[in-house]
Amino acid sequence: MIETRQTTVPVPQDIQEDLQSALFLSTRPPRPSPLASSMVFGWRALLKIKYVPEQMFDVTIFPVMFTLMFTYLFGGALAGSTSDYLQFLLPGILVQTVVFLTVYTGFGLNTDITKGIFDRVRTLPIWRPSALVGALLGDAMRYTIASIIVIGLGLLLGYRPPGGPAGVLLAVLLMLTFAFSMSWIWTMLGLILRTPNSVMGVSMTILFPLTFASNIFVDPQTMPPWLASFVDVNPITILVTAMRGLINGNAAGSEILLALLVSGGFLAIFAPLTMHFYHHKK
Amino acid sequence: MPGSQTELAVETRALVKVFGQNRAVDGVDLEMPCGTVYGLLGPNGAGKTTTIRMLSTLLQPDGGTARVLGYDVVRQADAVRSRMSLTGQFASADEDLTGQENLVMLARLWGFSRMQARSRAEELLHAFHLEDAARRQVKNYSGGMRRRLDIAASIIITPELLFLDEPTAGLDPRSRNQVWSIVRALLAEGTTVLLTTQYLEEADQLCERIAVIDRGRVIAEGTGGELKESVGKGTLLVRLRRPEHRPRAQEILQRVLSDVTLHQLLDPAALSARLNHTERVAEALAALQQAGIAVTEFSLGRPSLDEVFLALTGQPAEEKTTEGEINH
Repeated sequence: MIETRQTTVPVPQDIQEDLQSALFLSTRPPRPSPLASSMVFGWRALLKIKYVPEQMFDVTIFPVMFTLMFTYLFGGALAGSTSDYLQFLLPGILVQTVVFLTVYTGFGLNTDITKGIFDRVRTLPIWRPSALVGALLGDAMRYTIASIIVIGLGLLLGYRPPGGPAGVLLAVLLMLTFAFSMSWIWTMLGLILRTPNSVMGVSMTILFPLTFASNIFVDPQTMPPWLASFVDVNPITILVTAMRGLINGNAAGSEILLALLVSGGFLAIFAPLTMHFYHHKK
Repeated sequence: MPGSQTELAVETRALVKVFGQNRAVDGVDLEMPCGTVYGLLGPNGAGKTTTIRMLSTLLQPDGGTARVLGYDVVRQADAVRSRMSLTGQFASADEDLTGQENLVMLARLWGFSRMQARSRAEELLHAFHLEDAARRQVKNYSGGMRRRLDIAASIIITPELLFLDEPTAGLDPRSRNQVWSIVRALLAEGTTVLLTTQYLEEADQLCERIAVIDRGRVIAEGTGGELKESVGKGTLLVRLRRPEHRPRAQEILQRVLSDVTLHQLLDPAALSARLNHTERVAEALAALQQAGIAVTEFSLGRPSLDEVFLALTGQPAEEKTTEGEINH
């Protein structure tokens, strides 16, 4: 309001002069590589953590809550003792945690679209997927933090990985690959659906059956055959099986290969679809 | 292959964009020379933004062709992108980050090294008088500051062509003047500017040539002066002391001036008419006085762009906007 009172302020001459020097660019830098431009978007995602620390809530509190709840509420009933159950659950709960986190990528993308920044980025002469790849790289950081918290908590509660640290590390890497690939489903939804909330709603509707009708919480052998046959082909089950193998030190090469194939399948289908919608977004 | 006619910054032929039933852009032909400020003038929903979004490669045309600086916007989109910048209608900065971080991010995306990006950001923040706000989150910026940051973000690499979509919408007069002076400075440094506006005054002040757009079509094109001349000798404006006299005044003026069309303006006590000749004007004033109608203003002016718009579309530009806002 103060500004409107000063309507007689003359057009600032110095803006013109300063602009003239700012506009004088002697050299134009070369176009950044795909990796470089993706990393810039990854940097943006990390900066956001600094300014919106609340978004770390789901990365820190949720995993702790889920691990404690399932271990102590259901562990005794499901596996006879909570410590036995934790030994079974931990690789699965790790997947559950990270897979739910992937949804935020689509949510964030949709939020960007509803603001103007999306337009700015799409008019830049850069490798087109970099904004999405970069956001996913930033998210990988969040997944890593969540994984460390879950594993740390598990160790604290008495969990011991039979395959040692190397097995755990490989399992987490496999999971990050899977999460990166699966995220393209949510980026696609982020581009198709109108509001961030609808992205959230649809994603959760897909994820709940996918994570619960899997081998995360219980062994599918106790399930009716029709359900067990779904659980067996559920991509989440495939991932969890491979991770259990790695963490327990008895992984079969075929299980790991299958998990990588499923990841590759997600990427091959949903990354091009996402880019199609990204290119044709109104 | 780049076109040979690079002296044209923008060239469109029968450009069409359809959204469902709505032909938002319905056969737009434009020829915009380099080295000018060119205005797309029109009311809300006329198709200005859709046109600019096609030219800046954000939307694919459904028909016709568009070339920007000689490059086809569909087939050579990447070449177009590396030569132009868009400042959209809505703030394009990341609100959670600071102004400085926004500029550094974009400078990095244009290929500057980390160090170079920082110094380029500082340079621009200084030039746009945003130094004090550089380390504040953009969400705390005023409208004018945001717009300046948006424009700064558009010229990290000096573009050959800058699209400005409604650059001063919603700004106070001081910020608007700043944006205008930025546009003039850009032009002086050799950047061609295409801007959209619904403010006739803005087009008149800034643009060398103007295309008037209504319902997805260009209905007139030329310099501000040419457009004004095209609508006749001048305009009679009559303002009455009492609004209830307007119908009778209209009747009298119609009778005396015979071959003119009288328009009721938004002001309930005002009337205007475009004149092809001015001989009977004095007579008209006398007739109003004889009828006992008190007149507070009776003036003969060169047509303004407002009237150009009225003449071309049959509706005053402002009235349309107001209707849109009332939303009945």
